[in-house]
Amino acid sequence: MSASASMPSRPGAASLGSGVSDRLSKKASRHVKERIIEALLFSAAAFSVFVTVAIVYVLVKESWVFFETVPLSDFLFDTQWTPLFDDAHYGIMVLLSGTLTSSAVALVVAIPLGTIIALYLSEFAGFKVREIAKPFLELLGGVPTIVYGYFALTFLTPILQRIYPDLPGFNLLSAGLVMGIMIIPYVASLSEDAMRAVPMSLREGSYAMGATRLQTALWVVTPAATSGIASAYILGISRAVGETMILAVAAGMQPNLTFNPAEPGATITSYIVQVALGDLPHGSIGYQTIFAAGLTLLLMTLAFNLLGYWLRKRFREVY
Amino acid sequence: MKAADIDAIRAIITRAKRWDLFFSLLGILSLMVGVLTFTVLFVDMAIQGVPRLNLDFFTSFPSRKAANAGILSAWVGTVLVMVLTALAAVPLGVAAGVYLEEYAPKNWITDIIEINISNLAGIPSIVYGLLALGLFVYYFGFGQSILSAGLTLALLILPVIIVATREAIRAIPQSIHEGSYACGATTWQTVSDHILPYSSAGILTGVIIGMARAIGETAPIITIGALTFIAFLPPAPFTGEPPAGLFDWIFAPFTVMPIQMFNWTSRPEAAFTVNAAAAGFVLVFMTLAMNGLAIYVRYRLRKNIKW
Repeated sequence: MSASASMPSRPGAASLGSGVSDRLSKKASRHVKERIIEALLFSAAAFSVFVTVAIVYVLVKESWVFFETVPLSDFLFDTQWTPLFDDAHYGIMVLLSGTLTSSAVALVVAIPLGTIIALYLSEFAGFKVREIAKPFLELLGGVPTIVYGYFALTFLTPILQRIYPDLPGFNLLSAGLVMGIMIIPYVASLSEDAMRAVPMSLREGSYAMGATRLQTALWVVTPAATSGIASAYILGISRAVGETMILAVAAGMQPNLTFNPAEPGATITSYIVQVALGDLPHGSIGYQTIFAAGLTLLLMTLAFNLLGYWLRKRFREVY
Repeated sequence: MKAADIDAIRAIITRAKRWDLFFSLLGILSLMVGVLTFTVLFVDMAIQGVPRLNLDFFTSFPSRKAANAGILSAWVGTVLVMVLTALAAVPLGVAAGVYLEEYAPKNWITDIIEINISNLAGIPSIVYGLLALGLFVYYFGFGQSILSAGLTLALLILPVIIVATREAIRAIPQSIHEGSYACGATTWQTVSDHILPYSSAGILTGVIIGMARAIGETAPIITIGALTFIAFLPPAPFTGEPPAGLFDWIFAPFTVMPIQMFNWTSRPEAAFTVNAAAAGFVLVFMTLAMNGLAIYVRYRLRKNIKW
């Protein structure tokens, strides 16, 4: 306890005796004020935990009611999704197929382009190019998704139809492609951060051995930044899975169990939008389906986020 | 070394350099895909939409006739929702950021809060919409109102503001803290007199980027049940049904720019597509302006502050 005795004393209000001068008692009130402010700031930070708890609570509560009517096995294995028809089927697989197909198309665009851009910006580009390119990528990521949806529907789909005349007006392909463009900035900027965190000495070692820039980039920087790049990909996947408006606008909203991107389809997200646009009474089974769908979506993105977090922690190279 | 060897080495070097050049071009090409998409998107929308942009477009309500339709209720709704979003998200986000940087002890509670915030940033926006539908609209009984929408978007951009605040505070050198504490300042005095003023530009950047994101968010607002056809404005203070108050408008039904655009996009008539392009142009212009402002603030910040 000798250490605490030598510390400057910060008396609490209770520890003050009666014979204390004014200056010290002012400090006591100051201490109380400090504690109140700290408590307020803490509650602001803890509020974020409350938000998560509230999300889980709301989704689970409404889904619970849903699963009392619809057995979980139907939800997982039924091959039809017609919750608003008289002959109601609740097979989430139908919506999942749309989500997975469109996400796959998006990733085929975003992962190669995002990685190449990241490698280029981190290892090849000069200072000036980077200063211009990075804000521009931010802008690309900041365009509202409804605008991307409009672009996919009114610009890209007609062009694709010229190449491939059988393509329907609503399709997962054009929505997925545009979604890929939208995700490029996320993949590129996170991968680039990971690559730039690789220490200069590794590059210098490689250059000293006579390696070229490309050899260094591919065989030294990329392996050293693998965990960061992988978590960037996972963030990209989780964005694609959660993307809503592009699909609601450009992919049509008909539930369709297909893995063919050239067909229209509904995703988990676009189904929620479709129901919300209609006029479903609070508490009906149709109203509860969107919470069950939302819970599925939350679990998927949560799994991806945790995987990304774990990858970053587990495989972070420490230099 | 034999001349043949030298030639062989030269050949290797030439080949390696060719690959370097090839990859540089590939990199620029990939960047160009992004640049080109954005340019085409913007120009295409401008060509279609800009002829519609006249004063009437901004001062008319939506209409069944495409030529008479405008975005008055949409932009007023967007402005009002944004005001509530900022009022809710900025104090909460900055307070949480300050707590995590300046007060938080290293323990499991802090760890949980930090993991939780990075997790919140990864939750799809439509899930926030479902939260708001269950919590604000039905449980708290706010209804499908401007208040529900503002709070929903506030929750959505909270992680953005918290992260920006923390980064801005971390950029302040430790010596500033130490100087302040050495003069006998308390933690709050240090924060309010030094940390917050010095980090304000960085926080502002984060707030602007967060708001730019909130302006374009469509899915959560559709989920809480915003109407797509609103031909009236929220009541101005003291004008509604008695008892009329200052804040009647926060419980009013509303629509916002992205929803108006979505509504027009999903109609088959070409004339409404033109309206959608015009609304989209306004929307992109607003987000671009805000992002540009944020980039400018950050640039000025980096230029001016030298510790």
